[in-house]
Amino acid sequence: MTNKSVTRRGVLKSGAVAGTGLALPTIFTASSAAAYTNEPTGSSVVLGFNVPQTGPYAEEGNDELLAQQLAVEHLNGEGDGGCLNTFTSKALKGNGILGKKVGFVTGDTQTKSDAARASAKSMIEKDGAIMINGGSSSGVAVAVQGLCQEAGVIFMAGLTHANDTTGKDKKANGFRHFFNAYMSGAALAPVLAAEMGKERRAYHLTADYNWGWTQEESIVASTEALGWETVNTVKTPLASTDFSSYIAPVLNSGADVLVLNHYGGNMVNSLTNAIQFGLLDKVANGKDFKIVVPLYSELMAAGAGENIKGVLGSMNWNWQLQDEGTKAFVKSFGEKYGKPPSNSAQTCYAQVLLYADAVERAGTFNPCGVVEALEDFEFDGLGNGPTLYRGADHQCFKDVLVVRGNENPTNEYDTLEIVEITPRAQVEYDPEHPMFAGGELGECNPGA
Amino acid sequence: MDAILLQILNGLDKGSAYALIALGLTLIFGTLGVVNFAHGALFMIGAFCAVTLQKLLNLSFETLDETQKDFLGNPLKVETPYVEAWFGPEVGATIIDWSVPLAILFAIPIMLLVGYVMERGLIKHFYKRPHADQILVTFGLAIVLQEIVKYFFGANPIQTPPPDALSGSVDLGVMVGFDPNAIIYPIWRLVYFGFAVGIIGAVFSFLQFTTFGMVVRAGMADRETVGLLGINIDRRFTIMFGIAAAVAGLAGVMYGPLNPPNYHMGMDFLVLSFVVVVVGGMGSLPGAVLAGFLLGILESFASTTWATTTIPGINQIIIYLVAIVVLLTRPRGLMGRKGVMEE
Amino acid sequence: MLGLNKKDTSLLIIVALLTLLAPFILNPFPEGSAMAQFNAGYPDLMQRFVIFGIFAIGFNILFGLTGYLSFGHAAFLGVGSYSAVWMFKLLSYNVIPAIALSVVVAGLFSLLIGFVSLRRSGIYFSILTLAFAQMSFALAYSVLSNPKFNLTNGETGLQVYADDPQILQGANAPDLPHLFGLPMRATYTMDLGAWSFDFNAGYYLCAVILMVVFYLAIRIFRSPFGMMLRAVKSNQQRMNYTGLNSKPYTLAAFVISGMYAGLAGGLMAAMDPLAGAERMQWTASGEVVLMTILGGTGTLIGPVLGAGFIKYFENIFSKINDNVLHSWFAFLPDGLEDAVVFLIHPFIGKGWHLTLGILFMLVVIYLPGGLVEGGQRLLNWFKRKKTKSDDAPSGKTEPAE
Repeated sequence: MTNKSVTRRGVLKSGAVAGTGLALPTIFTASSAAAYTNEPTGSSVVLGFNVPQTGPYAEEGNDELLAQQLAVEHLNGEGDGGCLNTFTSKALKGNGILGKKVGFVTGDTQTKSDAARASAKSMIEKDGAIMINGGSSSGVAVAVQGLCQEAGVIFMAGLTHANDTTGKDKKANGFRHFFNAYMSGAALAPVLAAEMGKERRAYHLTADYNWGWTQEESIVASTEALGWETVNTVKTPLASTDFSSYIAPVLNSGADVLVLNHYGGNMVNSLTNAIQFGLLDKVANGKDFKIVVPLYSELMAAGAGENIKGVLGSMNWNWQLQDEGTKAFVKSFGEKYGKPPSNSAQTCYAQVLLYADAVERAGTFNPCGVVEALEDFEFDGLGNGPTLYRGADHQCFKDVLVVRGNENPTNEYDTLEIVEITPRAQVEYDPEHPMFAGGELGECNPGA
Repeated sequence: MDAILLQILNGLDKGSAYALIALGLTLIFGTLGVVNFAHGALFMIGAFCAVTLQKLLNLSFETLDETQKDFLGNPLKVETPYVEAWFGPEVGATIIDWSVPLAILFAIPIMLLVGYVMERGLIKHFYKRPHADQILVTFGLAIVLQEIVKYFFGANPIQTPPPDALSGSVDLGVMVGFDPNAIIYPIWRLVYFGFAVGIIGAVFSFLQFTTFGMVVRAGMADRETVGLLGINIDRRFTIMFGIAAAVAGLAGVMYGPLNPPNYHMGMDFLVLSFVVVVVGGMGSLPGAVLAGFLLGILESFASTTWATTTIPGINQIIIYLVAIVVLLTRPRGLMGRKGVMEE
Repeated sequence: MLGLNKKDTSLLIIVALLTLLAPFILNPFPEGSAMAQFNAGYPDLMQRFVIFGIFAIGFNILFGLTGYLSFGHAAFLGVGSYSAVWMFKLLSYNVIPAIALSVVVAGLFSLLIGFVSLRRSGIYFSILTLAFAQMSFALAYSVLSNPKFNLTNGETGLQVYADDPQILQGANAPDLPHLFGLPMRATYTMDLGAWSFDFNAGYYLCAVILMVVFYLAIRIFRSPFGMMLRAVKSNQQRMNYTGLNSKPYTLAAFVISGMYAGLAGGLMAAMDPLAGAERMQWTASGEVVLMTILGGTGTLIGPVLGAGFIKYFENIFSKINDNVLHSWFAFLPDGLEDAVVFLIHPFIGKGWHLTLGILFMLVVIYLPGGLVEGGQRLLNWFKRKKTKSDDAPSGKTEPAE
């Protein structure tokens, strides 16, 4: 793929990205002189973008990568600056981070905890990455978060929705910008009650692993608090590709709402199957039958096509929001890549800026300084209105969106419409809430 | 009672896909003695034939509509499919609506060709090689095919809806005297089952009642003797490989409306179809079909609430559990022949 | 030496040198150069090379010698990992009991599965092992991680939490896996001019274990027991007719290879204290089959090469992105640079699967004996070139062992 002459010239021009090498991989070094893991010593700093590039979530990972590249451009003062112009914290100047040019390395999580950790380790050990960003599964997020805690670098999870990421598996070096299952329930339930009434009987199909369970628990709790009844909760194997045998009994169960606690390909297939069985055309208990998909993403909506019409769900962020931060980001992303960003892309973008900003404010790349700067940090201008990074569990609090599959999309991107922007106060909870209790944040670890 | 009937229907439906894929696999085992790990990929390619045809039919030209705006505030580009421009909006829309059934015609020549090229270009050189080498090369091929599809179509599933007339569901229960809503079943799933039965019937009658089929069966039983009779058995086996590919491909085309195709759907079915073939018994066509439907039905029953509360997790492991029980009680699967793939 | 003949001794010495000097060999390019992307000498990947090498060597004892193709060996690796992490949770972070237990548990588990599966042969055996492994995977992923009886911690993977008992954990002992106080993550980085080499404690522990188990594998290959296993492969029927019961031999081989897998699993947990269920999935079992065939079935060194080959592509190629390409080809005129990047783009980064698939096919088509045969051909070619003799190449290559 390369020859020697390439190498020689490559060395000369390697500044752009491969400033990488300047930071020596002193990670885990017993006798290191550095104050913390991968302390950047040269004129550049390396961020690690760890996203699924193969496997079922590859498209989502790809979108995250695009957004992260955009964030790096904006940090380095290239492009139109995006959200740097709208962000309420003005520490970032567009001259990199602390005057150091920002470079990045990418890796493939394969949506497997093992592979994700291997990839993150290679970024830390080989490329000298100072923080790890991105990802698209709660299992992976928890696994990589644990690794970063041990290694002494900052981790900012990408798309991870399980309560555990900032619940029993929370770590001092990890932060989550994305919302979680509890917040989905808290935001969705009032809308569900308003649209469907308080006397509903719900049937849950739940992906049989940790995320599915926490989401089912959250939705059941919040809907039952409003008067709904839960008829049945059925666990479906993760490897299922066809859900007909789980959908078929729903109509006879006495339920009039189907809740699909599925994500990605599982959700696309289970929703498609439910539509095939004509559930939405039926009347049960004298009411129109309804389907709810608590966690939506744009790519799932695209995969499910026509089937999502009228189906309610929740989202972390959507490009159709009208605040300044969102508009700046959508414009920047749209002009560069020709499509609006997904909510996982926005999460990863915002996290990179927030990390950089925290470093600037702390005046150091030292993870402990960054943690201190991010804890209980309040800001606005990155989308979703005023936002808080809570210090007690490193969960981010901001408005949550309730969305519905658009009945009449005008183009391939507005497949979802925003039904309600649930204010932050309504989705907040106590850090010791039983669904989140059990873990310990621990001390921040600077490594080295 | 209605719940049982419903799960039997589901089982037959799942079983249809298993049986069709397993049928092709076992044909290839039986005729060529090759372990084809790329068979799942053929199923996937079939599904993407439907996707491609759908995309082709939807090829459009763009006109700017100044009255509407896109997400960046520029004038919206309105796309009109060529088909609609050529045949008029109504006929054009109907053609697009029926793209999945039309894709059958489109897929048959493509799959036969893919099968032929695969056999002549690659598999042919591996007849005398150990099974392990066959696994490695066909697995490599499966990855390559899958990555090519991913490169062009992305990793996200793509909806291939059935024609309007065949979408939605029917109340079968009412027809046989149950309460309304007791047995509601999607029309396309019934179509799929019927289609599978038709294909399986066609393959069996082809092997049973044509001279070509008879020679192939003779070749499966004793390749050498048939060769000594001066019959070019290799050529026929190549054609059988093409037919096996076409069966997998058609199973894929028709599967699209059930669950939207994605690039890794072949891998999802690969392991399962091997289990089906082996449970049916190596080299036995009726065995493969029987095992396909049997496992489909058992899988459906295992996923009922009753089953999962009795034995937690049974829906996760039922297929493998059945495979173990069958193989331990019947050494060569349900209908396997002695000495095939036993060393 | 050590009861080995000359050829085997030199093979062992070569393997020992390769593993001990790996930090140098795998980091041939200076730090910061464009080619540094291809350096593989960082602790995590070096550990992986060796651990998967051990896994593949063990697998080859079963598959290479007896011809029994197991499609479920990942289950033993997974069970090994789980047992090791449980030792960390219950006893202490010392790796010795963890690794010991992982070998024992994997041995028992493989005895059970082997006893049942070996009642069949050929593809029936393969499917039985596959079924057992897939069942283990499915159960570990969901059912065995329910809150009432959490054995595996499911999707997230089993890890050590602060409130775990760790009854033997000393007050001063490091809070991560260690060998009597030496943390597995301790790394000494040596800077030599522009080069930088990492010497990692965990890697050297794995390397020493690799040498031991490689030596054991040689002894097994050369022993009467190994001969018996080969007899099973060439003609089991004839063997049975002579009145020999082959089952104890195949079962022993199965258990030995299961223990190798458990050892690999235990080492993985010792290097990184997390055990995920995906380690048991059929794709993981398939991977070790591919490693063995790719490297050269039935050869001693082949599986190690195959393991290194696959892990290298997984970890190095997946990390090359367009930016890196642009920096390599920056010397070309702009249009040409973009064209070259465009052409290479599908094969790197998210396209690493494609590259791997193509290489699988090329290797198996052109090198029927796997990478080992490739090495031999190269060697022969060099020899011929050196002596300039026009001896016809020996028609068949000897299996390298």
